[in-house]
Amino acid sequence: MSNINITQEQKPVILVDSVSVQYRVPHEQLSGIKEYVIRWLQNRLQYKKFWALKDVFLDIQRGEFFGIVGRNGAGKSTLLKTMARVIKPTLGRVVILGRTAPLLDLGAGFHPELSGRENIFLNGALLGLTQKTVGHRFDEIVAFSEIGEFINAPLRTYSTGMVARLGFAVATSVRPDIMLVDEVLSVGDTQFQEKCLARMNAFREQGTTIVLVSHSMERVKALCERAIWLEDGKVAAQGKVSAVVGQYLQAL
Amino acid sequence: MKKFSMTFYDSSSAGHPFVEEFQALKAYRGLVVQFVARAIKTRYKRSMLGVMWTMLNPLLTMIVLTVVFSQLFRIQIENFPIYVLSGQLVWIFFSTTTSGAMGEMLWSGELIKRIYVPKSVFAVAAIGTGLVNFILSLLPLLLIALVLGNPLRLAILSWVVVIILLSFFSLGLGLLLSTATVYFADMLPVYNVLLTIWLYATPIIYPLEIVPQQWHWLFRINPIYYFVEAFREPLLSGSIPGWDIWLPATAFALGTFLIGGLVFTSKSSEYAYRL
Repeated sequence: MSNINITQEQKPVILVDSVSVQYRVPHEQLSGIKEYVIRWLQNRLQYKKFWALKDVFLDIQRGEFFGIVGRNGAGKSTLLKTMARVIKPTLGRVVILGRTAPLLDLGAGFHPELSGRENIFLNGALLGLTQKTVGHRFDEIVAFSEIGEFINAPLRTYSTGMVARLGFAVATSVRPDIMLVDEVLSVGDTQFQEKCLARMNAFREQGTTIVLVSHSMERVKALCERAIWLEDGKVAAQGKVSAVVGQYLQAL
Repeated sequence: MKKFSMTFYDSSSAGHPFVEEFQALKAYRGLVVQFVARAIKTRYKRSMLGVMWTMLNPLLTMIVLTVVFSQLFRIQIENFPIYVLSGQLVWIFFSTTTSGAMGEMLWSGELIKRIYVPKSVFAVAAIGTGLVNFILSLLPLLLIALVLGNPLRLAILSWVVVIILLSFFSLGLGLLLSTATVYFADMLPVYNVLLTIWLYATPIIYPLEIVPQQWHWLFRINPIYYFVEAFREPLLSGSIPGWDIWLPATAFALGTFLIGGLVFTSKSSEYAYRL
């Protein structure tokens, strides 16, 4: 009986099962209908196919802090995007249990002409939050992002740091079950980075699972328990963070 | 069957993409409201006479055409100003929502690559925006009809059905065009040219009577003709049109909606790769 309970509790909240993602890139950029039809008639429509991810397996448990490391173009962001529903795997399966907050790009979904206030509601809706929820959290979002009186100014007047702060504040206004974090902590000043980390740690104590993509090995080592090292879309190493990061640094 | 959920995702879920898309859309209805509000706000923000500006173009067309047909061609048509204006409102709704759906899809490419949203929100928001503008322009239409001595009858209540059918037709076509625009970047300008031809092929800015009988089959294969007729008839004659109008209008609306929805959702998991 107790065994069953344990297995249920250990059910992964993120399961990436033999996932492969294939991108199809045309040899030349064909943008027009005319060009496309001509090529098609000549039977010269050729695509270069390449696997951005190849047979990746991951299972992440509830409350884990999980790191993804690797060189540029190794497939880290693609892997995160398959978890965020943005990209559907070509092969394999992704299963996610819980509400996910994607922090892939903190400026995504903001509209430059709308005010900070209007953007908070727009971005909240993009994350699937209701108007009412965003309304309740509004003051707290403004306070956390330290936007101050700029809240009524159009977003195009904001600095990159302000946009990132606002994005982080909206995405984390309600504690998510899963956070997917892609390098976003490199934006903004050190003080704000500390604030973000403090919030992430607080969420984690309440059971949030965090997946982090980062180029900073110190940060990955300090935060994560387990990690995966991707090389050309394949898993080069997986396991305890110290071992994986050690292997990765040696290979560099 | 599995339902769309904000807290559970299985990439290999066996649900039909068409059904799943509309379940996801329901969960994201707040986003549709946000998109519509944004479009309306940016349009009317700077002008108190916003609605008047929207109506200016159709009103001018109405005046010019009335003068042209009555003074130059010496054709006397009863209620011609209302005939032109009501036809134009239907056309404006149809053309702005369908090309708006395509434009939003292109504009949102960067968004779709970064964050999950049901891809049909853009087309549905375009319909929502079109509906708000359409309803706002009904008031000037009814006012002008009254001023020109056109009695309003209860038959105009059938407009509710016309607007619903027209919305489904426009949504279906908008989804179909959005799919095309993901693969062909020049689809939008091509469609704008087609729209111009389509407008002249529909009896909106000229009276039906000036077209020789042998060309009338062209109207019978034109879906917009039925929506325009169903919208005009209650205002011009005070009666609800017959089944010869309702049946084709309903068939075109549901058929286009189904085809557009199925094509769009069967391709929608590719958009993040393509845009």
